[in-house]
Amino acid sequence: MSETATAADEADPHAADLAIATTGLTKRFGHQIAVNAIDLAVPRGSVFGFLGPNGSGKTTTIRVLLGLAAATSGNARLLGNDVPTELAEALPRVGALIEGPAFYPFLSGADNLRRLDSADARADPATRDARVARALDRVGLTHAARKRARAYSLGMKQRLGIAAALLTPRDLLVLDEPTNGLDPQGTREVRSLIRAVAAEGTTVFVSSHLLAEVEQICTHAAVMHVGSLVAQGSLDDLRGTGARVVRVETPDGDRTVAEFARLGLDAAQAGPALRPRAGEVVVEAPLPDDGPAAEDLVAALVAAGVRVRGFDVARPSLEDRFVALTGEGFDVAR
Amino acid sequence: MPADSDTARARTHGGALLASELRVLFRRWRTWAMLAALASIPVLMAVVVRLSSEPPGPGEGPPFLDQVTNNGMFVAITALVLTTPLFLPLTVAVVSGDTIAGEASLGTLRYLLVAPAGRVRLLLVKYLSTVAFCLAASGTVLLTGWVIGAVLFGTGEATLLSGDTIGVGDAVVRSLLVGAHVTICMLGLAAVGLFISTLTDAGVGAMAAVAVLTIVAQVLGQLDQLAWLHPWLFTHHWLAFADLLREPVVWTSFTENALLQAGYVAFFGALAHGRFGTKDVLS
Repeated sequence: MSETATAADEADPHAADLAIATTGLTKRFGHQIAVNAIDLAVPRGSVFGFLGPNGSGKTTTIRVLLGLAAATSGNARLLGNDVPTELAEALPRVGALIEGPAFYPFLSGADNLRRLDSADARADPATRDARVARALDRVGLTHAARKRARAYSLGMKQRLGIAAALLTPRDLLVLDEPTNGLDPQGTREVRSLIRAVAAEGTTVFVSSHLLAEVEQICTHAAVMHVGSLVAQGSLDDLRGTGARVVRVETPDGDRTVAEFARLGLDAAQAGPALRPRAGEVVVEAPLPDDGPAAEDLVAALVAAGVRVRGFDVARPSLEDRFVALTGEGFDVAR
Repeated sequence: MPADSDTARARTHGGALLASELRVLFRRWRTWAMLAALASIPVLMAVVVRLSSEPPGPGEGPPFLDQVTNNGMFVAITALVLTTPLFLPLTVAVVSGDTIAGEASLGTLRYLLVAPAGRVRLLLVKYLSTVAFCLAASGTVLLTGWVIGAVLFGTGEATLLSGDTIGVGDAVVRSLLVGAHVTICMLGLAAVGLFISTLTDAGVGAMAAVAVLTIVAQVLGQLDQLAWLHPWLFTHHWLAFADLLREPVVWTSFTENALLQAGYVAFFGALAHGRFGTKDVLS
């Protein structure tokens, strides 16, 4: 009890700066916990990657945030409005793509957008046609505006769904797996669209099970794993928490390990190289920030008679971090 | 945020959703197919009567069939009598069962709700559009009945159940009354359908359930052992429009039915609200 109170107290002073803020948000279906006490903090103006493997609770979290499902416990605020009591205030300022696009197959693309727009009582009918045309133009569907949605390809439906989210100027865009079903070109278009929307000051909350697809555009990220939030923060924060690693490609694995051990590094053979030449292995060792300089390491190895074919010092990639956090690859579900 | 932009935001256009709902309903091929099927009933009936060598005798076939040859206006009334027990409620079952469940199975329900349509507003709009369909359905039967009747049998005098003879104008008024009664009969069913539609994400399932309920209610209405239950069945007054064809009109069953249907609308409307207002939309 006291823990939740502290969390709420801490969240409150920043609540105005947060587009999405949850404390202890939990959603159960029967005995199954889909979302387990997550404290999400999405800063205004950020492009926030909501990452996690399929089935980790991302979509359920989004459904609760948008009032489609009721939280079992915990609090949530959307654009400063309490969920669900003040949602009617927030939702007109939120555009959303939830678990794939959905349309009336017998209506044209433009008519589908008009239909959704008229559901929002605050959307001005006088400007409806112009806004629909502009939204279609932004996602490159003007040529298909009068085509029935039934005849749209999966990628076109996805873009029409994003157009629906952009019908009125939004403060927050929630995009659940926006690149699903898109080809590489379409994926790139969605990324540039997200950048453009973010440049206008809209907060973008984008969920994905494919890290690579959002890594390039996000300023912040959170990682879900079986219903729990295992990490969140700016991308730099998330990358920075991992120690540097030195990698050596060499045919002299044992001698490298011995030499590193002499230098105080805990080295180990990490298996064959990516494209192994005869007898070549990769040796990896965590490199503390106060450890030897890279050039000294190379010199020491060469002096010890190690044939160095490749040498690299790097922070673990974000993907390595997330695999470590979630215990599985992001691509497993593909 | 500046104050004037706040007031601009606060201006609402609540009627837009109903207009959109009606447009969607009446742009569906399915809706027109059902209306066309309804329109075929008076046409078929009138053509068959016209082509048969002997006019139907009193008491033969559906009620008032013998009157058809005297006054074409009675085609509309007879067609309404024919469609009320099964055909008309079937179409209402399709439309009302589809209201929420259909949106859920398309996936559009979640987008309407985050638009935000508002759950109560969406339910109201869905019910009103179903009422509009009920009007369109009985109106279709009436209109085609009038037209085909006038063309094939002309517009002579007709005899009412009370033995009085009425002319064309009066016949039109009487058939309008019967049409109003039939439409009101469908309102309770539409509310039941709306409620059932909130229970499932499968539109077809909801439609089937409403259709089955219609049959069950009429079967229960046939069982004398359940006489105590009969006044409470929404189908109880469905065929009770004979009183509207007397001179003077006896309003008892018309008003009793209207009250009963209003009760059904209130009860199942409340149930639908209770269910849909708190339902997790996971479709």
